[in-house]
Amino acid sequence: MDHMESQQQQQTVAIIRATDVTFAYLDNETEQKGIPVLEGLSLSIRKGEMVALLGHNGCGKSTIAKHFNSILIPDAGDVVVDGINTKDEERVFDVRRRVGMVFQNPDNQLVATIVEEDVAFGLENIGVEPKEIRRRVDDALKAVGMYSFREHSPHQLSGGQKQRIAIAGVIAMRPDVIVLDEPTAMLDPRGRREVISTVRKLNREYGITVVLITHYMDEAAQCDRVVVMDGGKVLLDDTPRRVFSHVSVLKGVGLDVPQVTELFDQLSRAGINLPHDIIFENECADALAALLESAGIHRVGAEKGE
Amino acid sequence: MALKDITIGQYFPGHSFVHQVDPRMKIIITFVYVVMLFMIDHPAGLLVGALFLVVAYGVSGIPYKMILKSLKPMVPIILFTGILNLFFIQGDTVFSLWILRISRQGISTAVFMAVRILLLIAGTSLLTYTSSPIALTDAIEQLFGPLKKLHFPVHELAMMMTIALRFIPTLIEETDKIMNAQKARGADMESGGLMQRAKALIPVLIPLFVSAFRRADELALAMECRCYRGGEGRTRMRQLHYSFRDGVALGVLICCMVGILLLNRLPAVL
Repeated sequence: MDHMESQQQQQTVAIIRATDVTFAYLDNETEQKGIPVLEGLSLSIRKGEMVALLGHNGCGKSTIAKHFNSILIPDAGDVVVDGINTKDEERVFDVRRRVGMVFQNPDNQLVATIVEEDVAFGLENIGVEPKEIRRRVDDALKAVGMYSFREHSPHQLSGGQKQRIAIAGVIAMRPDVIVLDEPTAMLDPRGRREVISTVRKLNREYGITVVLITHYMDEAAQCDRVVVMDGGKVLLDDTPRRVFSHVSVLKGVGLDVPQVTELFDQLSRAGINLPHDIIFENECADALAALLESAGIHRVGAEKGE
Repeated sequence: MALKDITIGQYFPGHSFVHQVDPRMKIIITFVYVVMLFMIDHPAGLLVGALFLVVAYGVSGIPYKMILKSLKPMVPIILFTGILNLFFIQGDTVFSLWILRISRQGISTAVFMAVRILLLIAGTSLLTYTSSPIALTDAIEQLFGPLKKLHFPVHELAMMMTIALRFIPTLIEETDKIMNAQKARGADMESGGLMQRAKALIPVLIPLFVSAFRRADELALAMECRCYRGGEGRTRMRQLHYSFRDGVALGVLICCMVGILLLNRLPAVL
């Protein structure tokens, strides 16, 4: 089964392909390149998938994200987006149309004083016809469920709503990929849920490839694939279930695993025989119930526990 | 201090005739109106100017008390110019006390000036009350469009205005937060003389500036990611079109102007 899966993955087209990317930021004082942030990183993002990018602070995950849309250019190696090398200066805007970016602070990425004007901003920049802009803005606002707020001013909205507007501004450009750099880090739990469910919907219903950089393991668990970075390289790259089964590896690079995975890891260390690849709460509840039932204790009350 | 109460370019959304006049036309009309106010020589002309505003406010549905609100901060200036005009203009003395002398011309100029300033403020406020900031920046960008040929950065200025308007509420909120944070650490901002209070603002302003620069940096990055590359080849979602309505508005103004010029020929009352 592993074999078949890997074959299938090879067949799907890589929309972004980074090969042996090395990059160091310029030191402001000495005007020389500092310590490399990325060291020979190779990573492919396949069309239509939803990838989580994990890693502790300073591991280079935001840096590689900025390579995906030509904001940063690799010192060595190549990043190719839909056949275009990001080094090609003449096609910078072609790359940016294909790869949209959403940042952490929703306040610092909205440009206009009215929601719909902001969503139109990118389309106006690439010179789309006014009528077509109108149509795409309306579509994008409906896709993120913010159509009724189109005439509001951004400062009247909650953090989660602002972040959805930022997402609408990106998808109005009809990109192939959206890269979200910790979009939920500054939001309350409700805002986080709004944003993540919007992103999932865009991935499932509109087929937009998603690269989600996050610190929240439950968000990563909802993706198709999880890439763990450390020291400017890819450490693990697999399905969430398999990645999170490496509990000690993840802890070694300063990351957490979903709470339920941690619980099961500790239970199995304590000698209780449980599956290793539990990442969702409902699975956890079911597995625990099965365990208790086998021990002769029956579940009381509602069928679905949280 | 209730910083949130500060509003700049307060806009009252609506769908009245005045609201729907093209913002470019509104800017032109406001400009012509201001010029017109200074062409008035005859008191009856002031009445015409006032009538124009009263009708415009009536049609726009902006509550009259908003006019008072916009005039309030101007009261000291009006009083100041009024008093200066009253005492310093020489002419036929009607009243004198010690070295103070009030002349007939002084009274007339003082009243004229006060009414002019009142109308000017009320008139320009109507522009911002009935046009959204974004409509105004669009209009300015288009009105000054021809200056692009002289390499005047019209688009950049309009973009700067938009961003400034966008970030005013954000920065006000942030100022409030920083002030509270400094107060929580024992900063005293409400007592002491003027100098002391000004000094107390330094620990508020420095973090505010630092954060504003950080925001600017992030915003620039976000704009770049959204393919921003200046005004060239840029289209706009919102298109401005002159309509019959704009002609009507301009027509009314021209009638007022002709009336004022005719009234100027009448013998002066005072």
